[in-house]
Amino acid sequence: MRNKTIIPLSITCLLLVGSLCAFMYKRNAEITPFKADTDQAGLKLPTGFGASKVVDNMGKARHIVLTKDGSVYVKLMRVVNGKGILFLQDKDKDGKYEVQTAFGNYGGTGITIKNGYLYASSDKEVFRYQLNDQEQVIDPANPKKIVTGLLAGKQHQTKSIVLDNENNIYVNIGAPTNSCQENDRGVESKGKAGCPILDSAGGIWQFKANQLNQSYHNGIRYATGIRNVMGLDWNTENNTLYVMQHGRDNLNSSWPKLFNEKQSAETPAEVMYMVKKGDNAGWPYIYYDSALQKKILAPEYGGDGKKEGSSAYINPIADFPAHMAPNALLFYTGNMFPARYKNGAFIAFHGSWNRAPEKQAGYFVVFVPFTNGKPSGKWEVFADGFSGLDAVMVPREAQHRPCGLAQAPDGSLFVTDDVKGTVYRIGYSSKK
Amino acid sequence: MKQKIACITFLLIGLLTNLNAQTKKTAPAKATAKTQPSLTNGKLLYKKHCLVCHQLDGGGVMGLNPPLIKTDYVLGDPKRLINILLKGLNEDIEIDGETYANPMPALGHLSDQEVADVLSFVRNSFGNEASVITSAQVKAVRAVKK
Ligand code: HEC
Repeated sequence: MRNKTIIPLSITCLLLVGSLCAFMYKRNAEITPFKADTDQAGLKLPTGFGASKVVDNMGKARHIVLTKDGSVYVKLMRVVNGKGILFLQDKDKDGKYEVQTAFGNYGGTGITIKNGYLYASSDKEVFRYQLNDQEQVIDPANPKKIVTGLLAGKQHQTKSIVLDNENNIYVNIGAPTNSCQENDRGVESKGKAGCPILDSAGGIWQFKANQLNQSYHNGIRYATGIRNVMGLDWNTENNTLYVMQHGRDNLNSSWPKLFNEKQSAETPAEVMYMVKKGDNAGWPYIYYDSALQKKILAPEYGGDGKKEGSSAYINPIADFPAHMAPNALLFYTGNMFPARYKNGAFIAFHGSWNRAPEKQAGYFVVFVPFTNGKPSGKWEVFADGFSGLDAVMVPREAQHRPCGLAQAPDGSLFVTDDVKGTVYRIGYSSKK
Repeated sequence: MKQKIACITFLLIGLLTNLNAQTKKTAPAKATAKTQPSLTNGKLLYKKHCLVCHQLDGGGVMGLNPPLIKTDYVLGDPKRLINILLKGLNEDIEIDGETYANPMPALGHLSDQEVADVLSFVRNSFGNEASVITSAQVKAVRAVKK
């Protein structure tokens, strides 16, 4: 009689403890529910959205990626204590993240996760790290070097990376000049004939995700004539690569007889390209003028601010005010935000400098609604207030500058800042 | 501070004599006045040729263009400073642990007087205090290895 009750009792007990454990494990394996800071982390957002600062003061935080359980990898442009990748978790579930480990002895910008691997870039190489079931790096000290020997100029040196669904990795190789002049950024200096650097920069290269030590000889120049890209993403709706170009600078300081300060501040547009294999976007021969809605011949190659450039180059699919420096692009596939955000593009604009003496622009995150891989409406400011200023006149006064974007497993949006190393989390709640 | 006031007074006198010289158009007076740099003109030249990169406050742009505030290059050896303007600069210079991606274009098309004016302005703005640079100094630097 006694035994008869004890056994079922202990079984029930065990079951209870077991399910409790499972429950706790599940809770731990899920991202902490979003909760906004009372001051919205200093950001201005559309109605219904809120923001929190999940971590601060990490160094030059560039691109970012989340695991399926809400852990975070951040790539640092400069190593801190010799390490360039931070792994963060919110173990106590208070909404704030703590650095768990740091690894990777190289600075850089690109970081992403695909099919059980973490990929990260230095300015010359791409590495891959195998992940375990929790998407944690198994052997942080021994990554596989999959791409090496890429050109890294003094400027536009960073490498952003993204993968498609067929195990290819796309790497931007920025052109190391403003407009391929004989004397870079010099006064009335002509463009080099044929712009020879285009054979190894100024485009997007494609490599295999699982081959070691690839370089120019076995990579594919997927698209060319793209000055420099930091924000790129693979759109899974139409299986196509999209990139945001950093447009050229110094129209006035290099060509004072053709462009005044105001024209130089407002030209050329920052543009988004939908990129197919073999495309040529025309840098350095053309730039896109939003006011004229045309590809204009660059002054380095005989242009005068009006003459149209060749129609052989692809057209942008979206254009934005000049010099705002798009540092990240993300197609939103989450379910937390209202339906109109689904499959649309978020762009982190780091903010301009080349508009001086005019007021600077950017320093915000923008949203562009999309249907079937094409913009279905005008761009709108999504998150503003990073700079902490009403107007940015000089870049160094901006307190934060958005640089990286990542979608969390619950659909919230993570944004990095590379001035103070802050990470923001933006969430939506229908109840106010 | 005293030095600065003296310096500015000196420049103002220079400026006035310059204006005077222009109205009178007497050649000898003009020649001496010309050797003194003008901060006022330097400011205009800064706006035209430097501001877009080094910014309104001389603070530069994080990671791209260096600040002109109390750097060794600005306050130090005039020869080196003049050469940066005449020949440009594209090295991995480091200021307070930061490096800068962009190149500085050569601005050798500016006249000796213009280089003197803009550098004198920079050396006495944005919190900087240093001796002015004269067109004679610029001329001497330009003459080397030409
Ligand atoms: C196109 C952008 C650009 C313009 C225009 C420009 N500079 Fe520079 N300047 C730079 C960059 C970039 C560097 C650093 C180059 C390097 O790291 O090798 C620099 C370096 C310097 C330096 C030495 C480093 C320091 O910060 O003390 C001085 C002095 C300087 N510039 C003064 C000027 C002055 C004066 C003008 C205008 C007459 C001017 N520059 C115009 C971009 C520019």
